Amino acid sequence: MTGFDFDTIVRTAPYLFKVGLAFTLKLTVLSTAGAIVLGTLLAMMRLSSSRLLSGVAGAYVNLMRALPLILIIFWFYFLVPYIVGWVTQAGRPIAVGGFTSALITFILFEAAYFCEIMRAGIQSIPSGQAGAGYALGLNYWQVMGKIVLPQAFRNMTPLLLTQMIVVFQDTSLVYVLSLTDFLGAANNVAQRDGRLVEMFVFAAVVYFIISYTASRLVKVVERRMAIAR
Amino acid sequence: MIEFKNVSKWYGSFQVLKNCSTSVEKGEVVVVCGPSGSGKSTLIKTANGLEPFQEGEIWINGVSVGARDTNLPKLRSQIGMVFQHFELFPHLSVMRNLTLAQVKVLGRKEAEAQRRGRELLERVGLSAHVDKFPGQLSGGQQQRVAIARALAMDPVAMLFDEPTSALDPEMVNEVLDVMVDLAREGMTMMVVTHEMGFARKVADRVVFMDEGAIVEDCLKEEFFGDPEGRSERAKQFLSKILSHS
Repeated sequence: MTGFDFDTIVRTAPYLFKVGLAFTLKLTVLSTAGAIVLGTLLAMMRLSSSRLLSGVAGAYVNLMRALPLILIIFWFYFLVPYIVGWVTQAGRPIAVGGFTSALITFILFEAAYFCEIMRAGIQSIPSGQAGAGYALGLNYWQVMGKIVLPQAFRNMTPLLLTQMIVVFQDTSLVYVLSLTDFLGAANNVAQRDGRLVEMFVFAAVVYFIISYTASRLVKVVERRMAIAR
Repeated sequence: MIEFKNVSKWYGSFQVLKNCSTSVEKGEVVVVCGPSGSGKSTLIKTANGLEPFQEGEIWINGVSVGARDTNLPKLRSQIGMVFQHFELFPHLSVMRNLTLAQVKVLGRKEAEAQRRGRELLERVGLSAHVDKFPGQLSGGQQQRVAIARALAMDPVAMLFDEPTSALDPEMVNEVLDVMVDLAREGMTMMVVTHEMGFARKVADRVVFMDEGAIVEDCLKEEFFGDPEGRSERAKQFLSKILSHS
C-alpha cells in the first residue's frame, strides 16, 4: 500500500459514476426543478399585496436561510415519515426511503434561495409590462405566466444555473443518510479498500471539473444573452 | 360611455386626484392636457382600474369600475389602452403580441386571431414586420404595434396615455396619423397628450388639469378660440405651449 494507486480508481470507476454520480445528478436536477417551481410560487407570494401571503413566504425563506442544511436534512429524515403518516391518515409513520426524503428536503431548503433569485427577477421587469397585460384583460395568472415570468426566467437564467451548481455540491451532504451519492460511493470504496487519499482526491477532482465547467458554461450563456438583448 | 363622478385618489396623505368629474360620450374624442404632475395619467389609468381610487365612481357603459363585484379583466378587455412607453412584450413576436390576449381573453381561435392581427398591422402600415420582435422596431413602429394590439381586442373605447411623449420628434407624426384616422372613424377616445395640433384637429372637448383637479372641461372651440374665457392657470399653460406652434 505505497504510492498513489490509480488502479483502484480505474477499477471502481463504473460503480462511482453509474451508481454514485447518477444518483447525485438525478437528485440535483429533480431538486433544482422542484425548488424553482416552489421558489417561484414563494416569490409571487412575497411580492403579493396580501400581507398574510407575503408574511408567510418571508418567514419561511428567512427560517430556511437561517438554519444549516445538514440540520434540515436530519429534521426531515426523521419527520417526513410522521408527516406522510399523518397526511395519509395511516395512524403510524410511513417509511418514505432515503431518496424521497432527501429530495423533499432539498426542494424545501433550496426553494428559499431560488425564491430570492426569482423575486429579484420579477422585480427586474418594469411594472408597465404587467400593466399592459392587465389592460388587455389578462388575469393575474395569465400576466405572470405569459408576460412577467418568461422574462424574469430569461433575465435570471445565469443566477438560476449558478444556484444549481451550489445544489450539486450540497447534495453530497446526503451521506449522513447513508445514501450512495458520488461522494458516498467514493467513501464506500475508500473505506473498503483502504484507499482514502486516492478516492477523496479523485472525488475532489470530479466535483471540481463538473462545477468549474458548468460555471464556465454559465458565463457563455450570460454573454450570449447580453448580445441577444 | 365613460363617466367620472367626483373621483379622488391619495398616495398616502398626498392627494393626486381631487374630485374629478368628466365624461366621454360614444364617438367623442376628449383630450386631457395640463402640466406634468397634474394627475392626467393617473386619471386615465383609473378608468380601466389600473390605478385604484378611494372616492367617487367611474362608470363604463353602465359598469362601475370601482365596485367589488366588477369583473375587471372583462371590462379592461373592452377598453384599449396605449402607454407612453409602448409596453410591448419584448419576448414575444409582433404577431404574438397581437394575438395573445385575443386567444386568452376573447377565446378566439389562433387562426382568427392572426387574421385580425394581420388586418390591424396592415392598417398601421407594419405588415412587413409581423415576425419581428419589438426590440427590432423603432419607437414609432413599436407604438403603432401597441395601438394595433389594443385594437385587436375590438374595444369600444381607447385610452391613450401620452402616446407620443417617449418618441423622437420625427416619429411623432406617424403615430398621430394613426390616431387621427381612428378618431375620424368615430372611435371613442380619451387622450392624454401635449400635442395641441392633434387636439385642434380631432378633439371634441378638452379637459385641462392642474394639481390633481379638473380646471377646464370645455369644447375645443372654446378652449383654443376664446383665451379670455379661460382660467388663469389654463391661460398660462396655453401661452407656454402654443407660443412655438
